[in-house]
Amino acid sequence: MRNLQARYTRDRLILIVVIAGTILAALPLTLVLGYALVNGFSSLNWDFFTKGPKPPGELGGGMAPAIVGTLIITGVGLLMATPFGIAAGILLAEYPDNKLNPTLRLLSDTLNGMPAILKGLLAYVLVVKVQGSFSGFSGSLAMAFIMIPIIAKTTESVLKLVPWNIREAGLALGLPRWRVILSLVLPAARAGVVTGLLLATARAAGEAAPLIFTAFGNSLLTYNLSQPMDALPLRLYAYAISPYEDWHRQAWAAAVVLLGLVVLTSLLARWVTRGR
Amino acid sequence: MQQAPVQSSIIKQQPSAIYRVLGDRIFLSVVLLLALSIVALTLGLGYYLYLGGSQTINKEGFFGFLTGTTWDPALKLEFGIWPFVLGTLITSLAALVVSVPVALAAAIFTAEYAPRWLAGFINYLVDLMAAVPSVVYGIWGIFVLAPFLREIIYLPAFLWAAENAPGLSPFLGNPAGYGMFTGIVILSSMIIPFTAALSRDAIALVPAAQREGAYALGATRWEVMQTVILPYARGGVFAGAMLALGRALGETMAVAMVIGNGNILPYTLFGPASTMPAVIALEMKEAVEDLHYSAIIGVGFYLFLIAFIVNAAASYLLNKLKVGDQRA
Repeated sequence: MRNLQARYTRDRLILIVVIAGTILAALPLTLVLGYALVNGFSSLNWDFFTKGPKPPGELGGGMAPAIVGTLIITGVGLLMATPFGIAAGILLAEYPDNKLNPTLRLLSDTLNGMPAILKGLLAYVLVVKVQGSFSGFSGSLAMAFIMIPIIAKTTESVLKLVPWNIREAGLALGLPRWRVILSLVLPAARAGVVTGLLLATARAAGEAAPLIFTAFGNSLLTYNLSQPMDALPLRLYAYAISPYEDWHRQAWAAAVVLLGLVVLTSLLARWVTRGR
Repeated sequence: MQQAPVQSSIIKQQPSAIYRVLGDRIFLSVVLLLALSIVALTLGLGYYLYLGGSQTINKEGFFGFLTGTTWDPALKLEFGIWPFVLGTLITSLAALVVSVPVALAAAIFTAEYAPRWLAGFINYLVDLMAAVPSVVYGIWGIFVLAPFLREIIYLPAFLWAAENAPGLSPFLGNPAGYGMFTGIVILSSMIIPFTAALSRDAIALVPAAQREGAYALGATRWEVMQTVILPYARGGVFAGAMLALGRALGETMAVAMVIGNGNILPYTLFGPASTMPAVIALEMKEAVEDLHYSAIIGVGFYLFLIAFIVNAAASYLLNKLKVGDQRA
């Protein structure tokens, strides 16, 4: 047994190390948020949201096509992903003894961790290669591949939060199981399910890698999913590696918009699942 | 006047057979079918990437493609992906080694030391960190981190080596700021939340009786941590590290933006390097030659194999441990 004083000193030293590590862990995010706000917030003006990009080297212009493109691409992706993700979540949470579940859970988690760029490659092989042209739709498909496992995971966990009594009450009244799930369990978990959809959307909306060779980018405003389409993270990337000051300024502004989206959805998620 | 007809609609009318008998089967079949798409998607991902890359993989051989060190899509049309594999493995593993202790410290602090409000705030920051888009880290890396590291580390180290240890200079490489070391730093900061979140959950699952037992024996806080909590939470920490490794392997934009994208071996500490996701992101849309196109998808196939093993191991561990059940 070492003496007590030495043990206390050691305890305090460890506490200092732990606090230092915590500060170090929080440092990158704080710096990224701080620099993005300082460099980008002043560039968020009306033009940024309403105008298209100017030719290289000219001042001004904005990211309207990219903002519209991101909304369309992720929106269509969400529509495609939702039924698959929610169905998988229902299977995992409501049919716990289904034989498929261990495999499904393993593969779903694995798919969730798979690099987003590979999902983009799959969309490329399935759509762009076949059709012979880049398109907004192929970007949406890549987004859907990213969202499905996230939606499955969040749906499963919010359905599991619904008290088991509610299901028993429904079954005791003679409702069949499918009716219990659709009319009792899903409505009870509605806020959580919707939050899961939002989190998945926010995660996918920030991805640039799978869009580079699917949606491709487009400096003109388009609503046509069969045409190349612009997206905010794509435009951010293109501007960040360009040599023009003014484009760097706009890239920072795009970073602020993407960060705002992420912060808003995560705050909403916390608010919906509060007290649990 | 008469009340008889009213009650019949509730009591006598039986729901249809479809509703009662077939409903459950139809519903389960639909749910199963939709859920099976996840299985199909995961396996299809590997299959289509192999198919897309098969032309080059067949030409260079399964292992020849993996271990070839020349990537020349312009003149010789020779494709070996070893520089990218090596770059991915070095940066990811180095980032893991740097980030795990830091993430563990954050998890220990929030789970054991911090007051509730502070723990909640730090946990929120950590969760937020995982959601910040890669390109946002990337733009910060280009304009803030890389110039900063160049001024305070690369240039001084380079100048010092030039004067005092000329033998060291070749290992340091070009101190431009965009290179392997910068890539490692940005990767380490990006993967902290994955280890931190799972470690925190694992620590929270340690039974109170075990801690109290150790405290009752007179252990200090750190001794409780060392002898009771960390051994118990070991599995969760390990799973978190695996998950973080999986993220690091696939991290694309932020790395591509700061790593300098040079694929000539041998790599140096500060000099340009490249990773598998980065080469896919940068060359895919310019690939005109069939062989080049197929080679890039081939890179994707090998990345799939590595990422599949790491992620499947992580999810297997997690499902076994039942840690992180509530996490998206």
